[in-house]
Amino acid sequence: MKVWLAHHQDAALLALRRLAAAPVNSLLSLLAIGVALSLPAGGQMLLANALHLAGTTSAVPQISIFMASTAERRAAAEIESRLGKYGGVKQVQFLPREETLARMKTNPGLRDVIEVLPGNPFPDAFVVTATDDRPEAMEKLAVEFRQWPKVEHVQLDSAWVRRLDALLRLGRTAVILLGVLLGAGLIAISFSLIRMQALMHRAEIEVSQLLGATDGFIRRPFLYYGVLLGLGGGIVAWVLVGAAALWLRAPLGDLIRLYDLTLVLEALDSRDSTMLLGFAAGLGWLGAMISLRQHLRQY
Amino acid sequence: MIRFDRVSKRYPPGLDALSDLSFEVTEREMVIVSGHSGAGKSTLLKLIAAVEKPTGGAVLVGGQNVGGLARSALPFLRRRIGMVFQDQKLLFDRSVFDNVMLPLSIAGFPPKDAAMRVRAALDKVGLASREKALPVMLSGGEQQRLAIARAVVNRPSLLLADEPTAHLDSETAADVARIFHEFHHVGVTLLIATYANELFPGARPLQLDHGRLVS
Ligand SMILES: Nc1ncnc2c1ncn2[C@@H]1O[C@H](COP(=O)(O)OP(=O)(O)O)[C@@H](O)[C@H]1O
Ligand SMILES: [Mg+2]
Repeated sequence: MKVWLAHHQDAALLALRRLAAAPVNSLLSLLAIGVALSLPAGGQMLLANALHLAGTTSAVPQISIFMASTAERRAAAEIESRLGKYGGVKQVQFLPREETLARMKTNPGLRDVIEVLPGNPFPDAFVVTATDDRPEAMEKLAVEFRQWPKVEHVQLDSAWVRRLDALLRLGRTAVILLGVLLGAGLIAISFSLIRMQALMHRAEIEVSQLLGATDGFIRRPFLYYGVLLGLGGGIVAWVLVGAAALWLRAPLGDLIRLYDLTLVLEALDSRDSTMLLGFAAGLGWLGAMISLRQHLRQY
Repeated sequence: MIRFDRVSKRYPPGLDALSDLSFEVTEREMVIVSGHSGAGKSTLLKLIAAVEKPTGGAVLVGGQNVGGLARSALPFLRRRIGMVFQDQKLLFDRSVFDNVMLPLSIAGFPPKDAAMRVRAALDKVGLASREKALPVMLSGGEQQRLAIARAVVNRPSLLLADEPTAHLDSETAADVARIFHEFHHVGVTLLIATYANELFPGARPLQLDHGRLVS
């Protein structure tokens, strides 16, 4: 066991020394791998944030009913009681125009605008959720509500949620596709770098074989080299994505706030980070393994 | 210990390096393999360590037919055999100490015991003070002795040496020959390919001529 550990330590140190022996080459390789990996990793970061945003936003489709601004409170009460009795309506929330005005005034950007307007520009409104929230059923309710007296506008709020859902599904596919493509790229980079290493250390491979080394023994430092390349590239990618998240946090937050949502862009979480580093190391190893197969068949 | 039974070796595309070769080497024997350049001396030694495989006949080492060994069994055969190669095959990016350490690392020796063995082997060939040097800093004779130290550090019972005194001045060559005699005295079986028969008095000669045994 101790001997086994010592072997692995030797192999890892040897791999590190070889990386350090050509620092410029090694750094450029790490950068290449890191940039390649940062694309799927960055995609995953954006996707995770988008999912979080979608999760904190109501995904339950709603129907908003806006009364005519000339309608009196009595008309609204009339509609409220009709909604209460209407089959298919699950829940009704009444938003009085005064409350809406007060809420809007808390937004410093809007307050100035509202202040110069005469009177209250907001109508009374209802937010309705339906027992059956499939799009066809919702659409039918909306058509019905539009015919009720003093109702000026009926809006189905489910559409953008569905669009977001579709978009996120597409995003996930894109991230997976990127991951597969650039993962294959990483294997290729590791393959050719290890090939160069194996050619550089051809004499050592040959001598080791002649002195009775098993394939496992000979492979070990090269596999560590591949793993270190992958891991190093993974760390570079992680740093790049983290930096991008920090950089984008303020401008993206401002943009999202315009839609009345809040988003604090987060870097990769611990699960995604572990996956990134694990995959990177594993693919580096795999590239090395494939590359070495041809070099171990000589003696 | 070693038996060649009607062994032949043909290299592609059709050159017979060894033909119908039969002989035996018993334990603790010292045998020198001589013959002109291209006679097949190196090939003979390579067949014993299964670096090459015979195209006919059988090579038995310790009763084992080494030509028929699976690839995965080769490392364990080679660990029992010490080899001094014609071209030495030293690793020039590693220190003298690390070159000699390599067979022990390969065999999975505990590092502490291994270091002691390396120093003992270097001491034996008179390189104890050069362990930190790189092989390029050594003279030809010292490089040859380094190759010998690496071959014997595992304390093999069989030692193969391919022209270990070639390219050495006569004094250095005698020095190297003396080291082999010492191994012979402690019971190591030796096969030495050489032109310099006179350096190994008392050794049994095996004379090769175009891949065939003469005498
Ligand atoms: N790997 C090889 N491929 C083809 N021919 C070889 C190879 N190794 C040796 N030979 C040939 O086999 C013959 C014997 O070679 P070798 O055993 O090296 O002789 P020696 O060591 O006695 O000089 C020579 O003619 C040599 O050219
Ligand atoms: Mg030869």
